[in-house]
Amino acid sequence: MAPLLEIKNATKIYGGNLLSTGPVTVALQDYNLTIEEAPATITTIAGESGSGKSTLANLVLGFTDLTSGQIVYRGRDLAEMSSSERLDYRREVQAVFQDPYAVYNPFYRVKHVFDLIVRNFKMARNPREARDMIEQALNVVGMRGEEVLEKYPHQLSGGQRQRMMMARAYMLRPRLIVADEPVSMVDASLRAMILDIMLRLRDEEGISFLYITHDLSTAYQIGDAIYLLYQGTIAESGETTRVIENPKHPYVQLLLDSIPVPDPSVKWGGDSVTTIDDEEMRISVDSGCRFYPRCSQRFDRCLEITPKPISVGEKDHQAACFLYED
Amino acid sequence: MTVSVPQTLDNGSISDSMADETTLAIDDLQVFYATPTGNVRAVDHVTFKVRKGEIVGLVGESGCGKTTTAMAILRLVQPPGRIVGGAINLDGIDLTQLDGAELREVRWTKLALIPQGAMNSLNPVMRISSQIKDTIRTHEGNIPNRELKERILRLLSLVGLPSRVYDMYPHELSGGMKQRACIAMAIALDPVLVIADEPTSALDVIVQRVVGETLLDVKERLGVSMIVIGHDMGLMAQLVDRLAVMYAGRMVEIAPVSSIFNEQLHPYTQLLIEAIPSIRERKPLKLTEGLTHDLRTPLTGCIFQLRCPHVMDICREEDPPMRELRADHQTACHLYADDGTLLH
Repeated sequence: MAPLLEIKNATKIYGGNLLSTGPVTVALQDYNLTIEEAPATITTIAGESGSGKSTLANLVLGFTDLTSGQIVYRGRDLAEMSSSERLDYRREVQAVFQDPYAVYNPFYRVKHVFDLIVRNFKMARNPREARDMIEQALNVVGMRGEEVLEKYPHQLSGGQRQRMMMARAYMLRPRLIVADEPVSMVDASLRAMILDIMLRLRDEEGISFLYITHDLSTAYQIGDAIYLLYQGTIAESGETTRVIENPKHPYVQLLLDSIPVPDPSVKWGGDSVTTIDDEEMRISVDSGCRFYPRCSQRFDRCLEITPKPISVGEKDHQAACFLYED
Repeated sequence: MTVSVPQTLDNGSISDSMADETTLAIDDLQVFYATPTGNVRAVDHVTFKVRKGEIVGLVGESGCGKTTTAMAILRLVQPPGRIVGGAINLDGIDLTQLDGAELREVRWTKLALIPQGAMNSLNPVMRISSQIKDTIRTHEGNIPNRELKERILRLLSLVGLPSRVYDMYPHELSGGMKQRACIAMAIALDPVLVIADEPTSALDVIVQRVVGETLLDVKERLGVSMIVIGHDMGLMAQLVDRLAVMYAGRMVEIAPVSSIFNEQLHPYTQLLIEAIPSIRERKPLKLTEGLTHDLRTPLTGCIFQLRCPHVMDICREEDPPMRELRADHQTACHLYADDGTLLH
């Protein structure tokens, strides 16, 4: 059986065409990812800002096209889908975005976001059926229609709004939900609720997630597989617990060391950090390892050849780093 | 409603010996927002101090009044909000009594703000140097260009920025660099207190660490006091000297950061610390509801009673006062006796 989603050698380059004069930006380079049809999984794409993780979300959601490579959904290439296949894809792959404040139109009651999809996908024959459908979706996220549907967005908290976006996505019975930083704007004490909904949708409804985040601790708590991006390339990937507990790539090690530990007696670990300007980083390395300018364990070879992902542990734990070459 | 803060004598001596010079003293501050259906008590009976050269972290969920408290200190509360009561004493001046011209004097020279999303507060069509020059010249009049340039370069190096940033525009800087440029601006006039509202919330962990370390470095070198607002408990543990926890407009606990991470006395603080996702062990998620009562109708008794797992009869009747239950560790909770022992 074909995998649910397969990304093959995906490369996305911004700029570099006839109209642009500035330098090209390689947002994603030779990226590979597979999400199996079953069982449903939460796949985390993690990395700092500018690492290409949102570009990946936009590519999967069809907001922008690849420069080269393929995105294949259940055996069909996204770029070659007919319009009816595309409509099915739009229904089966849903999105939950970062900002639960911006996705609502402030002039409409929140009911409107549900009414829109009922209409656009012709989901219900009559208003009563639609209402039942909405109610059921809201129950899954622990809300009741009578409490929230007639309210305006500003009358709901950030956590409530994000739960409603989860309900909206769930209502279409998707196979995959692309969740782009779904908890970064929700209060820390309420994040667990959103994450719990993701776990339940995975286990009870068989919905897979592409969980895009910069927060490794939430990824560690709920994720199955993880891909850590650095400037558009995969630095390290594998099963989440294995990667986080035993990171191999120097970048991932630095990233994990920089997470502030909620314990005042443990100060930021590892080497002191150095950052360089964005523009220098992205253009200075045409070939070779992109992490070279910041790496504490670099050697000459890293500058000459781009490291390919190699196995660094059990199962599919891979890191793109020459340190682990035989 | 009266809130009395009993000064237990045995503990008083401890706090006296630790009481360093106070930079900011907030006493019984109340900020209300007027709405057609009643006043929203955004900040209610908040009392705390910031000592010289320390960083106080202000945490709590959104809507708990932490930003409003900061805005009140800066006297930037906008209608329909207003400061209803209390005193804000900065370096001997009661800020609540100042008029417009006097406030302009104090702002920036004594009191500086690093706003939320500070990187978007820079003017996109001005060079970094011109923006800092503006600030300095507005307050100190005409200073010779050469002297000014030296001073700005010194500021930039203090926050770890290379000197070429002097001639750059905001869009040429990364998020972390912009944030550090804002820190440089905030300390340009050598204020006694800097308020940073969520200084790192939009940054990823590595840059967050750089900015955090910059703030610590600035504090060490200049001896400036800071209030850092945020909700990332991990970052707070690394950054602040004392941590103040707010809930629904009230301060529920304030203590040295090591003391509070060691032992959370208030049930809400316990909940906040438990909610931190761990990177060391995978454990079941801890689910909690958000704010539960309407801030327009204050509850009789403790504000946390609806969410508190240990709620007792007295919590529904009497508002718990802030009491010093451990050395320098104050909390407002009925669970403890005056000497700090757990009653229930």
